[in-house]
Amino acid sequence: MSGYLLRRLLALLPTLLVASIIVFGVVRLVPGNVLDLMLSENDFASSSHETRAQLEEALGLDKPIYVQYLVWMKNIVLHGDLGDSLWRNTSVLSEIGERLPITLELGLLSLFFALLIAVPVGIYSAVRQETLGDHVGRTFSIVALAVPNFWAGTLVVILPAMWWGWAPPNEIEPFFESPIQNLKVFLVPSLILGASLSAVVMRMMRTMMLEVLRQDYVRTAWAKGLPERTVVMRHAVKNALIPVITLVGILVPILFGGTVIIEQIFRLPGIGQLLLDAVTARDYPIITGVFLVAGVLVMTVNLLVDLCYGLLDPKVRFDRK
Amino acid sequence: MSNVSVGSASVSSANAAEQETVSGRRRNRFMEFVGRLVRERPLGAFGAAICVVLIFTGVFADVIAPEGYNAISPLDRLKAPSWEHWFGTDQLGRDLFARTVHGAQLSIIVAFAATTLSIIISAVIGIASGYIGGRFDMTVQRFVDGWMCFPDLIILIVAVSVLGPGTGQVILVLGLLFGIAGSRIVRGAVLSVKENTYVHAAQSMGASTLRILLRHILPNVMAPIIVLYTTRLAAVILAESGLSFLGLGIPPPAPSWGGMLSLDGRTYMFQAPWLAIVPGLALTVAVFGINMFGDALRDLLDPRMRGGGGRFIARVRKRAPASQR
Repeated sequence: MSGYLLRRLLALLPTLLVASIIVFGVVRLVPGNVLDLMLSENDFASSSHETRAQLEEALGLDKPIYVQYLVWMKNIVLHGDLGDSLWRNTSVLSEIGERLPITLELGLLSLFFALLIAVPVGIYSAVRQETLGDHVGRTFSIVALAVPNFWAGTLVVILPAMWWGWAPPNEIEPFFESPIQNLKVFLVPSLILGASLSAVVMRMMRTMMLEVLRQDYVRTAWAKGLPERTVVMRHAVKNALIPVITLVGILVPILFGGTVIIEQIFRLPGIGQLLLDAVTARDYPIITGVFLVAGVLVMTVNLLVDLCYGLLDPKVRFDRK
Repeated sequence: MSNVSVGSASVSSANAAEQETVSGRRRNRFMEFVGRLVRERPLGAFGAAICVVLIFTGVFADVIAPEGYNAISPLDRLKAPSWEHWFGTDQLGRDLFARTVHGAQLSIIVAFAATTLSIIISAVIGIASGYIGGRFDMTVQRFVDGWMCFPDLIILIVAVSVLGPGTGQVILVLGLLFGIAGSRIVRGAVLSVKENTYVHAAQSMGASTLRILLRHILPNVMAPIIVLYTTRLAAVILAESGLSFLGLGIPPPAPSWGGMLSLDGRTYMFQAPWLAIVPGLALTVAVFGINMFGDALRDLLDPRMRGGGGRFIARVRKRAPASQR
C-alpha cells in the first residue's frame, strides 16, 4: 500500500507543476498591464509614479517573467508564502485560512446530504425497478439535473421570506462552541447544493446497482436462499459503491464551484466570497492564491479517491502495472 | 453533334437522378433517425422539441418581441403578469416576456459560439495529441491534467477577472475551458481509430499526415464529437448564466437569464417574485431539453457510451481502474 501511495504521489508532481504554471500564467495573460488595470479600477490609489513603483515591487513585476515564476514558487515551497493582499494588508494564506473552514463545512455537508439522498433512493430505484418509487426517484434526478443551484437558492431566499417572513439565518457561530446554531446556518445552503449533486449520484447508484444485481454472484446469493436484505446490502451495494466513489472525485470540482455561488446567495464568508471580493478589487495575489488552493484541494481529493480504491478493491492494491 | 448533345443530356439527367436519389436517401435516413428517436427515446424526442422551440425563439426574437429587451417604461414598473405583460415587468418597467425571449437569443448565440469554439479546440488538441503520440502526447496530456484539476467556475471567474466581462470574453473563456477538457474524449477516440487497417493502408500508400487526419481520422471520430457538442451546449448555457448571476458574465442591460436573476435585482424580487421565477424557469426548461436530447443522441449515435445513466456515468466508466470495468 505504501508503494502504491508513493507512486500516486510521484505521479502528482508533474500535474502540480503544470497547475502552478497555469495559475501563474492565467493571471498574467491580461492584455496590457495588470498595474494599469488595478490603478484604473481603484480610484483611491492615485496613479503616481511612487504608487506604481510600489505596486510593481509588491507584485514583483519589475523582473523577467521566468524569474517572477521562480521567486513565486520558491516562496510557496520553502516558506508556504502566497504573498500579501494588495488592499487589506494581510497575508493571502491567513485570509484563505480564515475562510477555508466555512467553505469546507459547506462542501462536506453538501456532499453528505447528496449521498444521504442519492444512495438509498438509487438502491431502492434499482431493487424496485419500474415501480412508482423508481419513477419518482428518476423524475427527481432528471429535474434536479436541469435546475441551476443559484435559481433554487434564490427561490429559497425569496419565497419563504414573502410568504412567512422567514429568512435563512446567517450568523455563523464556531461549530465547537454552538454546534446547533452553526448547523442551522449551513443546513439550507448545503441541502440545496446537496440536492443538485444527488441527482447525478442517484443515476449512477441506480445504474451500477442494476448492473451488479445481474451478476452471477448475486444470483448465487439468491440461490443460497439468503434474505433480500443480505443479498442487496452485503453483495450488491458494496460492489456498486466503488464507481460512486469515482464519481465523488469527479464531482468535487463541481461542488467547489457550487459553494462559490451558494456562499454568495446566503452571504456566507467563505473562499468563494473572498475570491469574488478579490475579483471586484482586482486583488491579484488573493485571486492567484485561491486559484492555486482550489487546484491543490481538488488534486488532494482525487488522490484520496484513488487511495480509497486501494482500500476497497484488492485488485487495485496489488496491480503493479 | 446531336448525338453528343443527346449523350450529354442523358449523362446530366443520370447525374440529376443520382443526386436526387442521394438527397432522397439522406432525407430517408434523417426521417428514420427521427422515427427511432420518437420510438426508442420519447423523452429525448421531447427534449428535441424543446430545443427546436428554443432555437425558433432565439432566431425570431425580434419578430416575437419587437419592442426589444431594453424598452424602459417607468410607469409600468414591477407590474404583475397580465394580458398586456405576460410575464410581468421589472424594476425599470421593461417587459419580462420580451427580455426572456431575447435572453433565449443571447443564450443560443453564446451556447453555439462557445461550444463550436470548444469543439474545434477539443478536435485540434485531441486529434494532434492522439495521432502524433509519444512525447508530444505526454506533454500535452500533463497540461490537460493540470487544467482539469481546477474547478470550472474558479477558472471562469479568474479568467473573466483578467479579461473583463463581456459577451466575447465569455465565449472565448468558455470555449477554452470546455475545449481543453473535451480534448480527452476526442483523443481517446483517435487512439482507437488510428490502429485501424484503413489508416495503416493510407500510411503505407504515402498519404500525407494532414490527409490522413482529415479524410480518415476525423470522419471516424465524428460520433463522439457530435455527442460532446450536445452535452457541452447545456453546460455552456449553465456556466454562462452562473457567471452572469455573479455579475461577471454578460453585463446589463443584455438580457442574460443568469444576469436577470443576479443579486442586484434581489431587492425587487421580494416585491415581484416573477422576476425570480421566469428567467430561472426558462433556463431550467432549456437545460432540461438539451440534456434529454443530448442523452438520447448519445445512446443512438455512440453505442460505446451507452449506459442509460447520463454523461457522468460514461465519464466514470472511462476513469475507473481497469479491474472494475
